[in-house]
Amino acid sequence: MDLFTEGDPIADTRAPDGPIETRWERRRFEAKLVNPANRRKMTVIVVGTGLAGGSAAATLAEQGYRVKSYCYQDSPRRAHSIAAQGGINAAKNYRNDGDSVHRLFYDTVKGGDFRSRESNVHRLAEVSVNIIDQCVAQGVPFAREYGGLLDTRSFGGAQVQRTFYARGQTGQQLLLGAYQALERQIGLGNVEMNTRHEMLELIVVDGKARGIVVRDMVTGEITTEFADAVVLASGGYGNVFYLSTNAKGCNVTATWRAHRKGAYFANPCYTQIHPTCIPVSGDHQSKLTLMSESLRNDGRVWVPKVKGDDRAPRDIPEDERDYYLERIYPSFGNLVPRDIASRAAKNVCDSGRGVGPTKLGVYLDFTDAIDRLGRKAIEAKYGNLFEMYERITGEDPYEVPMRIYPAVHYTMGGLWVDYDLQSTIPGLFVIGEANFSDHGANRLGASALMQGLADGYFVLPNTVANYLSAGPFEKIDGSHPAAVEARRDVEDRIQRLLAVDGDRTVDSFHRELGQIMWEHCGMERSEAGLRKAIDEIRALRDQFWQRVRVPGDGEGLNQSLEKAGRVADFFELAELMCIDALHREESCGGHFRAEHQSPDGEAQRDDEHFAYVAAWEFTATGEPSVLHKEDLNFEYVHPTQRSYK
Amino acid sequence: MNLTLRIWRQSGPEDKGRMVKYQVDDVSPDMSFLEMLDVLNERLILAGEEPVAFDHDCREGICGMCGLMINGDAHGPQRGTTACQLHMRQFSDGETIDIEPWRARAFPVIKDLVVNRNAFDKIIAAGGYITAPTGSAPEAHSVPVAKANADSAFESAACIGCGACVAACPNGSGMLFTAAKVTQLSLLPQGQPERYTRVIGMVDAHDEAGFGGCTNAGECTAVCPKGIPLTTIGRLNRDYLAATTKQGDTPGT
Repeated sequence: MDLFTEGDPIADTRAPDGPIETRWERRRFEAKLVNPANRRKMTVIVVGTGLAGGSAAATLAEQGYRVKSYCYQDSPRRAHSIAAQGGINAAKNYRNDGDSVHRLFYDTVKGGDFRSRESNVHRLAEVSVNIIDQCVAQGVPFAREYGGLLDTRSFGGAQVQRTFYARGQTGQQLLLGAYQALERQIGLGNVEMNTRHEMLELIVVDGKARGIVVRDMVTGEITTEFADAVVLASGGYGNVFYLSTNAKGCNVTATWRAHRKGAYFANPCYTQIHPTCIPVSGDHQSKLTLMSESLRNDGRVWVPKVKGDDRAPRDIPEDERDYYLERIYPSFGNLVPRDIASRAAKNVCDSGRGVGPTKLGVYLDFTDAIDRLGRKAIEAKYGNLFEMYERITGEDPYEVPMRIYPAVHYTMGGLWVDYDLQSTIPGLFVIGEANFSDHGANRLGASALMQGLADGYFVLPNTVANYLSAGPFEKIDGSHPAAVEARRDVEDRIQRLLAVDGDRTVDSFHRELGQIMWEHCGMERSEAGLRKAIDEIRALRDQFWQRVRVPGDGEGLNQSLEKAGRVADFFELAELMCIDALHREESCGGHFRAEHQSPDGEAQRDDEHFAYVAAWEFTATGEPSVLHKEDLNFEYVHPTQRSYK
Repeated sequence: MNLTLRIWRQSGPEDKGRMVKYQVDDVSPDMSFLEMLDVLNERLILAGEEPVAFDHDCREGICGMCGLMINGDAHGPQRGTTACQLHMRQFSDGETIDIEPWRARAFPVIKDLVVNRNAFDKIIAAGGYITAPTGSAPEAHSVPVAKANADSAFESAACIGCGACVAACPNGSGMLFTAAKVTQLSLLPQGQPERYTRVIGMVDAHDEAGFGGCTNAGECTAVCPKGIPLTTIGRLNRDYLAATTKQGDTPGT
């Protein structure tokens, strides 16, 4: 059986034409508005309360829509955006170092290895400056200079200092800003907040997204919820690898269920492996912890020059160390983009020069920076990260170099959206990491926070209004056949999971799936490996449905049941990721195919055949998906072989 | 190492609950505390028993979802550390470890070690924000903020809302949590217009949610994983006093 079939290309992304710097303004002007009195009559469901979902829910409520917000955590403040450390990019050019909207746009398109949409990325760069203003007004305590103005720092993939930060907790501070704006609206009665609720199905009526099926994770009650538009801000799918820097609860269920209902899934194989994470310590490992990319500003990455050099790092003299990033990439050095730094680490470890007990690690050494700037300055910049490292590893990074290794961190792929952030299902909007739109095949550091807030504060509120101007739509309730069916699907699925009563735990399946994905669909992919992975995933999925054991019942808090539903969806996604990776016969950004590399081991794109977005349409379980191509046209940034040398 | 755990089991809000003893063997010192509980749960599931419910999410000490009383200490023996970042090298072979949920009137138990902390959100909804509707913000550099104030504001803003302060307080008070937000926003120029209405709204919501009063016992700051200082409560008290005398005024007017 063929793995997929090919359908019609995607003809219209609804992006305006004309000069790129005028497109967003034109779109906003042409978008229809909703009169304030009518906004009260319309409801928008927002799933997820991270930077994208939290900011969108707060802003839509400010504008007068009725908002229903859902999160699986016990408070909207805990969404995983909170764990983002390093910073947020904005083209403020406060440093007078040559930055501009156009340069941020250029760096992001190039950083994404020419696999993103120019129009979207330009809009992102434009609104980046408004985000900083907005966050400062909300009381986000960004780092400041002695003169009272905002401080910035460098990040990978850029040669200007455009990254705003709040020590190593920028995501936390930005999220709390959005959360507080959201809580204000909750207090005013404009947002109905539903914590510990999980979206398990999308309700589509007459081709429009009109609601969701949710499970109250405390009581087990399943309800149908309706709205005039549905916004998914449910994050990425990195947990398909089991071990990742995502929170334990992060999952693909909301977007996967929407995909099964007709929303195309774009570029699922584009995953970002972050170069600076704490290495795995044993089989018990339940998640991986990131050490902010900002550490590469002052830390130097090295391994011993000679294979099998087991001396303590301090005993290895300077001339017997290989500062491989500085050696291979002299102009960007330790600040090369993430995909390049990760692969370089893998290569030195594959060549037997890895360090630490598992030999899957490289040193990130702060000795020079401490000598140059003093321990106090390093403490002020990275104190919390150093402490975190010591708590986890038991080693003091002021004395002994950190050991780091790449780990799954972010997924550039996601539900396909047009310029308005609307999916292929009318009325279903997708924002933040859950969509695919802005980062191409590789996201630059400090750009996830920028995109989440751009979508939620500034883009979606405009585009959703254009859609709602045709509303309010016909009132529906739980007795509508589409709602009854969606609800029954959810209930059946839960009963099926509980009924297996096998002999393996959900986690044991999830770990095994993660190993398959890491091995064959991780930092390096090959045709043989991907084909093998697809077979293994299918076999393991069959095993899952025959042997999984989910204790308890569906009537109350049942954390095993929650996990089981998520892992079942990861199985389906994993297969599509491998098919996408297999069909993309080129290397680009985070997608590295062993068959497609330059003589010196760099990713080799094939612009002639693969300068498109791969948008996958679901057909039926076990049936091949349909590939729809959206051609990417580059009018402003001419694709070149990315070089950071 | 081999450990004996005594864990609070409670099937739901109505159940009385009890401590149940479990043996966990071959624990690696490199495991996190929650990974050790994962090992126990895997075993319980295969043995046909109900696994222990506990809250957790990011497992890197920032989301604030996890919270366990470990041997009577909120988040366990290591200072400045959440339960998810506590590693088993802090314990010794043969030890008996008691694990209980947060216990406070404002945080009712949902199941086993899981409690309801919605009361914290209500405090924030009552004023823990700066009113700045999207799009209305002035240019970020139009108001400089002294670095010392920005740094102090950050120190308070680092609160993760885990609730350890409440669990450790003999009165079950949420004052450190409330004061951290009041302090952050009152140190910033953007926070001044609502400074006094904020503190009154938040303190009222705090009291209504069933938290106890603060008697400066200081247990809260001792267990706070982010080291929020007790001086924030002093600052809240000063603002509260000022607010009750000039409610409705804005500073400088």
